[in-house]
Amino acid sequence: MSRKILLENGDISGIDQFDIYRQHGGYQSVEKAIKTMTPLEVVDEVKKSGLRGRGGAGFSTGMKWSFLDRKSDKPRYLVCNADESEPGTFKDRYLMEKIPHRLIEGMIVSSYALGASRAYIYIRGELMWLAKRLENAIGEAKAHGLLGDNILGSDYSLDLVVHPGGGAYICGEESALLESLEGKRGYPRLKPPFPAISGLYGCPTVINNVESIAAVPWIVTHGGEEYSKIGIEKSSGTKLISASGHINRPGVYEIELGLPVEEFIYSDAYCGGIRNGRTLKAVVAGGSSVPILPAELILRTAAGIPRLMTYESLSDGGFQTGTMLGSGGFIVMDDTTCIVRNTWNFARFYHHESCGQCSPCREGTGWMEKVLHRIEHGHGTPKDIDLLVDIAKKIEGKTICALGDAAAWPIASAIRHFRHEFEYHIAHPDKITDPDHVYQPMGTK
Amino acid sequence: MVKITIDGIEIEVAAGTTILDAARQINPETAPPAMCFHSKLEGSGGKCRTCLVKVTKTSPSNPRPMPKLAPSCRTFVEDGMEVENNRSEEVLEARKGVVELLLINHPLDCPICDQAGECDLQNLAFEHGAETTDYQEERRRFPAKAIGDLIQLQMNRCILCFRCVYVADQLTDGRHHGVLGRGDSSEIGTYIEAAIDNDFSGNMIDVCPVGALTDRTFRFKSRVWFSKPMAAHRTCEKCCGNAVLWLKGNEILRVSGRRNDVGEVTEFICNTCRFDTKSLHLWEVEGPARISRDSVISQNHTPS
Ligand SMILES: Cc1cc2nc3c(=O)[nH]c(=O)nc-3n(C[C@H](O)[C@H](O)[C@H](O)COP(=O)(O)O)c2cc1C
Ligand code: SF4
Ligand code: FES
Repeated sequence: MSRKILLENGDISGIDQFDIYRQHGGYQSVEKAIKTMTPLEVVDEVKKSGLRGRGGAGFSTGMKWSFLDRKSDKPRYLVCNADESEPGTFKDRYLMEKIPHRLIEGMIVSSYALGASRAYIYIRGELMWLAKRLENAIGEAKAHGLLGDNILGSDYSLDLVVHPGGGAYICGEESALLESLEGKRGYPRLKPPFPAISGLYGCPTVINNVESIAAVPWIVTHGGEEYSKIGIEKSSGTKLISASGHINRPGVYEIELGLPVEEFIYSDAYCGGIRNGRTLKAVVAGGSSVPILPAELILRTAAGIPRLMTYESLSDGGFQTGTMLGSGGFIVMDDTTCIVRNTWNFARFYHHESCGQCSPCREGTGWMEKVLHRIEHGHGTPKDIDLLVDIAKKIEGKTICALGDAAAWPIASAIRHFRHEFEYHIAHPDKITDPDHVYQPMGTK
Repeated sequence: MVKITIDGIEIEVAAGTTILDAARQINPETAPPAMCFHSKLEGSGGKCRTCLVKVTKTSPSNPRPMPKLAPSCRTFVEDGMEVENNRSEEVLEARKGVVELLLINHPLDCPICDQAGECDLQNLAFEHGAETTDYQEERRRFPAKAIGDLIQLQMNRCILCFRCVYVADQLTDGRHHGVLGRGDSSEIGTYIEAAIDNDFSGNMIDVCPVGALTDRTFRFKSRVWFSKPMAAHRTCEKCCGNAVLWLKGNEILRVSGRRNDVGEVTEFICNTCRFDTKSLHLWEVEGPARISRDSVISQNHTPS
């Protein structure tokens, strides 16, 4: 059975209430840190844990914290990224809804470690009821002396603010998030400077995903070394995976990193296999932005080694035959799925969400969507497939923020692995005009 | 001072210089094209991506290349940095791609555009673009919008360089326009239709690299290459009073700000000088104005 850290005690009724959470060991880490540890000692534990950012990029959290400019005389900020809008990703929302105090506790210890006296949770605007839930939890923590002035009688004070966004995907990109938090348009900033040097209001800032921050209390309570023993090698700890698509048991699962992909898909403890007894066709393993892989490559690497749910194993083979763990949005598709239609759907999303600041993404995402729309609606030409690859290349690596890459990768990978399906669409416009058409494998009529 | 090498040519520049500026110091003609950056406008640049270069070596202490092509307008030099500009296939290819993307939704209505002949996008397409495109979708179109008697806004031609927004932010009292909408529906506008009217608004016309913002008082008066640019000045209480008069005979067809050899406005002028003093006796004429190297106008005039 899998180890529970983030969702520990998640099934106890009333765990969203302060008293029950506290009775089950909640806020221990705040006590331990503030009473017995210096801020830098907390940073050290997080470094030792090997925790990597759970927002998508997988950058070492301890390392990020140690980049924070502590010499500047400006205030320092911690900002929690709760904007979660990547298609296929719904794990932060689950965590905040189930155990809101876990995030609040994480925010307090992390802010203490970073020396921030003001911290923000920037939450996706559509999750208004969760913003209220978090505010309620903040109120409870304050009433018990765990937040606000002189926490637990120490001279450390923290003001924690929940800030709802307006529902734009781009505001999940950390620098656009900061702009939005400052009350401006959510346009990504040019980097460098990085937020650790110049972030919110030009002050040193750390931005972390909800899940990253929620892992910190356990690390502080049990020690970084203990955490690093969970999982394997450079993928330590547990990860929330939001599983969706054609599986028997969609939902959010906390897994120990290192679990074989095959077990995750087929075991009844997790996805429970493919719906209606059908066969697996493809998986988007880490949220819509990461490359799609066909069944044979998601279960095994190109070298035939069983793939594991780790940063390293999923990216084995690079983009040619691998993908990324990303945010843990695990989208499973069975053999009835039309890859062209799915790719068009993703393209539509990125076109809609491009902020429009830089020309390759602004113009290229729209172009790709139009071409895919044509192919999907029976008006494609054979040249269109290479054209899509070409447009994706014109965007990738040339933009201000990673949304450009995120728009290019799903399309390039779908063509890389499912080219025949695009060709089939172009050659057989008559077979795909039904808007609900399912993919007819080649050879069947 | 720091040493930097661009396409094999070494130059010493002040610390805090951008790669673009260093390249311009070597030779403005071979420097990367810059459609959104404008020296006089703080915070500009980084958006159009035409100025991308390859940093093959960041510095002797960090000899690795930068992982991605860097926007030269906003990337600062480091001592010992090595950069590839026109020598790198990758850079030229990327630039060609960006130019194509800037053009797919552009109306290409040069024959009826007042900017023709002094349009940065024309020059860019000519020097860095591909001959053909595979774009066959419908081009984006915006409904016409009025922003007053002095400035003509043609949103269809806009490449969203944001320069006019910086002008309004940094030069005029109160910004009345900005970018509305998102993604490829972004447009320049005032939200609630209003005239942009203040002493320095005319500079938006000069910084616009394309024909999206043009001088209404000059509209369809003449192709620019049929008029003769003369440097002139007058005593003005609002601005420097240094301008360029565009003459046809003794008639002033329009007045604009002066530019340096990469086409950037060097001194902003007020609307009185630009729109309300179109009579030769109000100006002290200095002589032919310097014209940017790639302007078609330079075909008819000897630059000074
Ligand atoms: C377009 C775009 C959208 C993003 N959306 C999110 C998001 O919703 N939530 C999130 O945590 N990170 C998101 N990220 C990643 C953040 O920029 C940032 O890397 C992350 O919040 C850092 O936290 P971590 O180190 O804890 O993962 C997004 C990045 C991009 C480019
Ligand atoms: S890549 Fe796209 S989303 Fe990111 S800054 Fe450029 S236009 Fe905006
Ligand atoms: S001039 Fe550098 S990005 Fe536009």
